[in-house]
Amino acid sequence: MTAVSQPLNPTAAATTRRPPRRFLHALDHWFLPGFTVVAIGYLLVPIVVMIIFSFNDYQGKFNFVWHGFTLQGWFHPFDWPGLPDAIKTSLFIAFLSTIGSTILGTFIGLALTRYSFKGRGAINGLIFLPMATPEIVMGSSLLTLFVNSGLQGGMLNGIVPKGVLFPLGFTTILIAHIMFNISYVVVTVKARIAGFDRRLEEAAMDLGADELTTFWKVTFPLIFPGVLAAALLAFSLSIDDFIITSFVSGTTNTFPIWAYSIIKNALPVQINVVGSMVFLGAVLIVGLSNIRQARGNRA
Amino acid sequence: MSEIDVRLVDVVKRFGDSNAVDHITLDVNDGEFFSLLGPSGCGKTTTLRMIGGFEQPTSGLIELQGQDVTWLPSYKRNVNTVFQSYALFPHLTIEENVAFGLRRRGVKDAEVKSRVTDMLRLVELPGFEKRKPNQISGGQAQRVALARALINRPAVLLLDEPLGALDLKLRKQMQVELKRIQREVGITFIYVTHDQEEAMTMSDRIAVMNRGKYEQLGNPESLYERPQTRFVAGFLGVSNLLAGTVDGTADGYALVKLADDTRLRIPAALADGNTQIEVGIRPEKVRMNTPTDAIPAAANQLDGTVTDVSYVGVSTQYIVDSKSGIPMTIYEQNIERTTNGSLYRQGDAVRLSWMPEHTFVVGSAPTTAPGD
Ligand SMILES: Nc1ncnc2c1ncn2[C@@H]1O[C@H](COP(=O)(O)OP(=O)(O)OP(=O)(O)O)[C@@H](O)[C@H]1O
Ligand SMILES: [Mg+2]
Repeated sequence: MTAVSQPLNPTAAATTRRPPRRFLHALDHWFLPGFTVVAIGYLLVPIVVMIIFSFNDYQGKFNFVWHGFTLQGWFHPFDWPGLPDAIKTSLFIAFLSTIGSTILGTFIGLALTRYSFKGRGAINGLIFLPMATPEIVMGSSLLTLFVNSGLQGGMLNGIVPKGVLFPLGFTTILIAHIMFNISYVVVTVKARIAGFDRRLEEAAMDLGADELTTFWKVTFPLIFPGVLAAALLAFSLSIDDFIITSFVSGTTNTFPIWAYSIIKNALPVQINVVGSMVFLGAVLIVGLSNIRQARGNRA
Repeated sequence: MSEIDVRLVDVVKRFGDSNAVDHITLDVNDGEFFSLLGPSGCGKTTTLRMIGGFEQPTSGLIELQGQDVTWLPSYKRNVNTVFQSYALFPHLTIEENVAFGLRRRGVKDAEVKSRVTDMLRLVELPGFEKRKPNQISGGQAQRVALARALINRPAVLLLDEPLGALDLKLRKQMQVELKRIQREVGITFIYVTHDQEEAMTMSDRIAVMNRGKYEQLGNPESLYERPQTRFVAGFLGVSNLLAGTVDGTADGYALVKLADDTRLRIPAALADGNTQIEVGIRPEKVRMNTPTDAIPAAANQLDGTVTDVSYVGVSTQYIVDSKSGIPMTIYEQNIERTTNGSLYRQGDAVRLSWMPEHTFVVGSAPTTAPGD
């Protein structure tokens, strides 16, 4: 410290400066951390309860009251009529709808960011519509559509081959899930493409890569994190969806539909176990992708 | 006779309703270091992008080594580009970046490896193979971009202000290095810059561009000594321009009458049948004299008053208000006058003189291009 840089009247300067300092200090050291703990607790309580009750040695039909610790639930995670089928259906639909919506959404996202064409603005807006529409509206409208294509005398009867959209079932759930996932994929992928430098593609072509090679060697690897994030989002939205699925599932059960149907008569521990598995699976994937990203940034 | 590597024939590129490139015709010779020089927005990048194949001309023809490539995609042209922003692939290592072009052509692994090593040695970056582009400095990235392009041994290398992002010292160093590499590999370079000094020191020939056209094309010396337009005279270095009327001849020179009736001599050939012309003279070619000094009979003379003196180290820059009303800039080497301690001062009456052979003439018609 040199004399020059000291204030003329040190005490006056200090007293005027101290209050905001103290306030910021309190904000940094007590308020924000405390607030964060409360907020995270709020988020985690339901999950913690779900996991705890997956170890409950419950009596009767409903897993509501703590009776003691057991691993029975985890030893027999799928031991309930209809549960294995529901899980299989859920995973299968989530898997297929993720692939379908990620491919379609990625290309829509690419088209919307790189080409300017008439109606681009309108399409950009339209992409948000399915996200903004209440699920119950989408569900009922899809149901109407499917039924109309299948019923004798329906508006769309004969346009789509019989048995594809009606009777309701696996195919209709899949179509519905791909549809509502596309918007999320487009939005997620577009965010990643927005930061993409087109000159990299020009550089690739300059170095002898044709359009397809350029896409696979340069464009795709660079937007891949966005595509992966979009795919994970689509998968979890699909696994999770209840409202739309309940309209278009017919007699087919996905896990949420099955859980809801059974919950009126029983709440087996298996619901907690499968729920915990899904949660832990999600944590694992997010954790892995974070590690990957951290590596990628360092290397 | 050297062969022609790149030929543009009446090339136009239109964006909206303005011509970014406006009827350019030029030939670039094999092995030449050719520069496109001009102010921002004059169409240098657009011209380069059309040669590289990233942009299609609105009309005109582009030939590479005698082949019409106007509509050929960039990956089918034997041309490589060093982009202004380098455009290194961020997800690939330096080695993979440099090898990118060879891989596309299916060159064998062992050969790729040895050529990458050689190339990194040429640009003085050995041992950088495993790094990622975000782990190297701007100057190093520039050299990687150069290596990535050169390794393909293209017929022509296009460089778009490749040194733009570097600081002055590194820039000078890279200029020398680029020139050395160009001589070593013997590839035709088309070099875009808005830095006249850079273009002058590096190029065999320069096209000075303005508003989508080039106003003059030639080697650095002819551009500097004999600029043909006002724009070129002002863009390459500093010029004093004196407007006048051609008025007779004397001793084999044409005479030019200025506004104050001063008569200047210029080589007769430069008058070229024009009556209204502008006579140009470079600041370092004008001598400062006191009004009583003896001046060679053939020399042009112009009286004036010193209005500004700035010491620039190697030289002193004077601004002299001439009697004809035009301020003249003069550079005088700091040899004798500083040692004698007798620099001219502000307010001194001086007589400027220069040899008629050192003048140049630019057309007096204002060079405003159409479409502006
Ligand atoms: N894609 C485009 N769409 C519309 N106008 C463009 C486009 N690219 C360039 N232009 C215009 O064309 C003109 C020439 O641009 P160009 O990029 O060739 O200039 P430049 O000489 O390279 O300038 P700089 O030294 O600033 O890079 C400019 O007026 C520019 O605004
Ligand atoms: Mg440019």
